[in-house]
Amino acid sequence: MNVKYMYSFLAVIVLFLIAYVGTEAVGLQWLFGVLIPYAALLVFLVGFIRKVMGWARSAVPFRIPTTCGQQRTLPWIRPNSIDNPSTAGGVVVRMFLEIVAFRSLFRNTRMTTKPDGRIAYQWEIFLWLGALAFHYAFAVVVLRHLRFFLEPVPAPIKLLETVDAFFQFGLPVVYLSGVVLLIAVAYLALRRVFIPMVRYISLANDFFPLFLIFGIAFTGILMRYFSKVDILSIKALTMGLVSFSFPDTAVLKGIDGLFYGHLFFVSVLLAYFPFSKLMHLGGIFLSPTRNLPNDTRMHRHVNPWNYPVHVHTYQEYEDDFREKMVEAGLPVDKPLAPAEAEKE
Amino acid sequence: MNDKGKIVTGLVIFAALVSFPFWYNLGKAAPPPEVVLTDKAKAAKECVLPKDEIRTEHMQLLDVWRDTQVRDGQTVYINAKGKSYIMSLSNTCLDCHSNYKDFCDRCHVYASVDPYCFDCHIDNPKETK
Repeated sequence: MNVKYMYSFLAVIVLFLIAYVGTEAVGLQWLFGVLIPYAALLVFLVGFIRKVMGWARSAVPFRIPTTCGQQRTLPWIRPNSIDNPSTAGGVVVRMFLEIVAFRSLFRNTRMTTKPDGRIAYQWEIFLWLGALAFHYAFAVVVLRHLRFFLEPVPAPIKLLETVDAFFQFGLPVVYLSGVVLLIAVAYLALRRVFIPMVRYISLANDFFPLFLIFGIAFTGILMRYFSKVDILSIKALTMGLVSFSFPDTAVLKGIDGLFYGHLFFVSVLLAYFPFSKLMHLGGIFLSPTRNLPNDTRMHRHVNPWNYPVHVHTYQEYEDDFREKMVEAGLPVDKPLAPAEAEKE
Repeated sequence: MNDKGKIVTGLVIFAALVSFPFWYNLGKAAPPPEVVLTDKAKAAKECVLPKDEIRTEHMQLLDVWRDTQVRDGQTVYINAKGKSYIMSLSNTCLDCHSNYKDFCDRCHVYASVDPYCFDCHIDNPKETK
């Protein structure tokens, strides 16, 4: 038993019960359906911008050439212009690939000890695979949900739904992204529970978002395929949220508590986002080891937090002591002025 | 030196993307559509299942009907009230609700669902027995 994941797990269950009981028993549909989502979106946007602006205020560091390829040097040595870029274009390509393909994670290795005591490093691809599946499935799920927030639903969203439901099994047709999301997030959570080294470094704030997203996917799948909810009332509510013209309270009361649990999970995720590790959504763009070209030998980097230092240059030193230097027979850059020389 | 200009540009794009649904629907309320019942549907008064259930579960009922019909060869469905219906989208459902555009499509379009049932069943409304 580990308090870090048990507390996170219990927190998610309690959150669901708060919303479910709050709507089904207490009747706080306005609170959970309208007020909390608005508050959460506001916290998300303001918190996100504040956080990133805090990062923006800090100075750009010296280039950190943690590289994965040959640096640009002599003309006859072929440089790796993507993994060790020296130009802005190369950096753009490197950042793009990092963001869409998680190349840093692809290089993940695992250290093991062989039976004879030797240490070996293995290429470990499953974290990368799990992360890729998770992020892309989540992205598709989020984009698909735009059908509840846009009227009329634009063609690209419909196309995405068609592709997502490509295999046409089940009714309503099963969306692959939902299933992949649930499996991937379960893998990423169980990995932290069952691999001892990863469990050791996992904190409650690693488990909580995973369980929360699992809860979101789980309640979503439950609503779509098993315990049915009235989709038209839900779209009436979501369209009310984005157009500020809300449906009657009777419509809100008609929606099942399961939906409010789902919506409350999403609200909690949004409000929690700016204060958590999930800020890597914005942070990935500002990772200094990825977004700076390795051009330390081409451009002079002036330390941005340099304060003005009073420097006594050699020229000033010579001005101070020229006569004495000439007297002592030391070489000087600037000879003595003629008047002074005559005095000699 | 810092990259404030670039970062602010990125943040503006991000905020615009996140708030996109607010711009897209600007000022347009989109209440759920009203479906039109045909005279025949009105006369029948009740559907195969109670209104709330048929509204959320009709697609699963049809899925079960299809499987029962095709795999088990049963053709008659008896509901909780003991009333029996022929298990057929074209001959039972679309018999009363013959106004596809003003009934089925209204909600389906609003909720952006595009069931493949109607790939066949709308151009060929009457199955041959």
